Amino acid sequence: MLAFLFRRLGQGLLVVAVMATLVFVGVYALGNAIDILISPEADQLEREQAIERLGLDRPLWVQFAIFVKSALTGNLGISFVHGEPALDLILSRMPATLELAFVALVIAVGVGIPAGLLAGVAPRSLLGRGIMTGSILGFSVPNFWLGLMLILVFAVQLKVLPAGGRGETVDVLGIPLSLFTLDGLRHLILPALTLGIYKASLITRLAYAGTRDALLQDFVRFARAKGLPERRVIGVHVLKAILIPVVTVIGLELGSMIAFAVVTETVFAWPGMGKLLIESIYRLDRPVIVAYLIVIVLMFVVINFIVDVIYTLLDPRVRLSGQEV
Amino acid sequence: MALADIPVAEVEAWRARAGRSFAEFAESRVAVGALAVVALLAALALLAPWVAPQNPFDLSQLSIMDNKLPPLSRGVDGQLYLLGTDDQGRDMLSAIIYGLRLSLMVAVVATATALVLGAGVGLLAAYAGGRIDAILMRLVDIQLSFPAILIALILVAILGKGVDKVVIALISVQWAYYARTIRGSALVERRREYIEAARSLALPHWRIMFRHLFPNAFPPLIVVATVQVAHAIALEATLSFLGLGVPITEPSLGLLIANGYGYMLSGSYWIAFYPGIALLVVIAAINLVGDRLSDVLNPRLNR
Repeated sequence: MLAFLFRRLGQGLLVVAVMATLVFVGVYALGNAIDILISPEADQLEREQAIERLGLDRPLWVQFAIFVKSALTGNLGISFVHGEPALDLILSRMPATLELAFVALVIAVGVGIPAGLLAGVAPRSLLGRGIMTGSILGFSVPNFWLGLMLILVFAVQLKVLPAGGRGETVDVLGIPLSLFTLDGLRHLILPALTLGIYKASLITRLAYAGTRDALLQDFVRFARAKGLPERRVIGVHVLKAILIPVVTVIGLELGSMIAFAVVTETVFAWPGMGKLLIESIYRLDRPVIVAYLIVIVLMFVVINFIVDVIYTLLDPRVRLSGQEV
Repeated sequence: MALADIPVAEVEAWRARAGRSFAEFAESRVAVGALAVVALLAALALLAPWVAPQNPFDLSQLSIMDNKLPPLSRGVDGQLYLLGTDDQGRDMLSAIIYGLRLSLMVAVVATATALVLGAGVGLLAAYAGGRIDAILMRLVDIQLSFPAILIALILVAILGKGVDKVVIALISVQWAYYARTIRGSALVERRREYIEAARSLALPHWRIMFRHLFPNAFPPLIVVATVQVAHAIALEATLSFLGLGVPITEPSLGLLIANGYGYMLSGSYWIAFYPGIALLVVIAAINLVGDRLSDVLNPRLNR
């Protein structure tokens, strides 16, 4: 098992290395690195200083070495637009994104598992078929459009919720969060719902398939034969069986939520790192784009690694066949 | 020519299997309805120049006087705008039909190319095995561990805007799904006797791969391709909505919605609303077809 985890860790580091190389090739080798890394407003002296500092007059492999070294020390350049280090900028926007993704995930799981269980227990009933058709609608609806429609209904027509922004925040351990103020919560609910509905549909379908599978298994038949009430058979035995795939998927979905937040944050003007990325792409603020990519790749590698660890702990089959995986 | 090389019995068995699958597919009325909707929308998109009330890209046909009219209103020349007009006096129905045309075209071209590419890689991995298989599949694993939207965003940020760039981004996102799927089914087929027979005849490798292995490993790809077309449409719409997709001169559905976003808060809801409905209907219909197909083609669920 330890060998398996080490192999996965090695793989993760490899991914980071490959992605960093790709980013380097994208920024330095394709196109003119001077235009990309130095603000167009810089004067001649600043340009020359920057060229020397970044080593742009040196051979490509030396440039790569400089890039890797500065990336390892956390120096990912200075934003053209904000004039701050790109990495600090990304990190300061990260709590907003993580908060949004986390609340969306809670919605997705809170809706998805019960809905999937209900539909799986009675697949042919009106409720079951309604839930499953609804889930298809849920993952077919374009995310950004759903956000717009929620704004249209709740902010424009009913005027009960704000159309965008983050609202009032409270510092928890030095990190500003919207979750604990009423105003913040009112701002959080629509974006989180928008982001969560797609994943709720996926989890519903996963839980549905799992429930149908589990109901045919011997342990369910045995539990019923023992005379356990149906509530307990479904609520404990079946639920436990479907939780394994769901838990492992949740980790991956958290990563995917953080990526998808790019869209939701743009619609709701939510000041997270996704919105920062889109703004940076518009304004060609390339150091921020590079920093975002490196941060998000690192985050993904960490999340995937944690999922692997959890998976290993939950499923003995992986643990035992660790040598072959 | 292609079929002639496959033994007759194999072709007939394949036909019989396809016929049975179709009959089974038709058992679900929802799925048949969804298929009809997909066919209808595809026909509308194909015939856009003949069925749309006006050409939304021809500025001489637009009258700015008719801007932001609500649905079912009449313009200065007395023509009916079924779904209203946008800020430039463009008929929304026409814009949606043309937008659908672009969205579908981008999605289908990208999916078809990615299918060929991915299937090639997957077949090679399954057939070659060993180190080639390990390397290719690790690549697939790594790519699939990143969400499609992120990969597409990065690519478009590097490559720039444009229909061709969006297609490239969509292909790069999709190929891995096909590679993984066909590898799985090809690994099973590879151990069958007919492959062994073909090998003992010393047929060239490419011929065994494409004439024998490919047709038999193909069916699972149908489901993946169907779902991926829906994904591609949604992804293209998202990129265009973010202003990173197709150019403003020929808006796809996503760009139409982005355009309507600004007017929504002032009450002109229809500019963003109807293109979204069109997107929702086409994606949901394709997903419903895909859902039924996966039920029909997956023998494990037939109980």
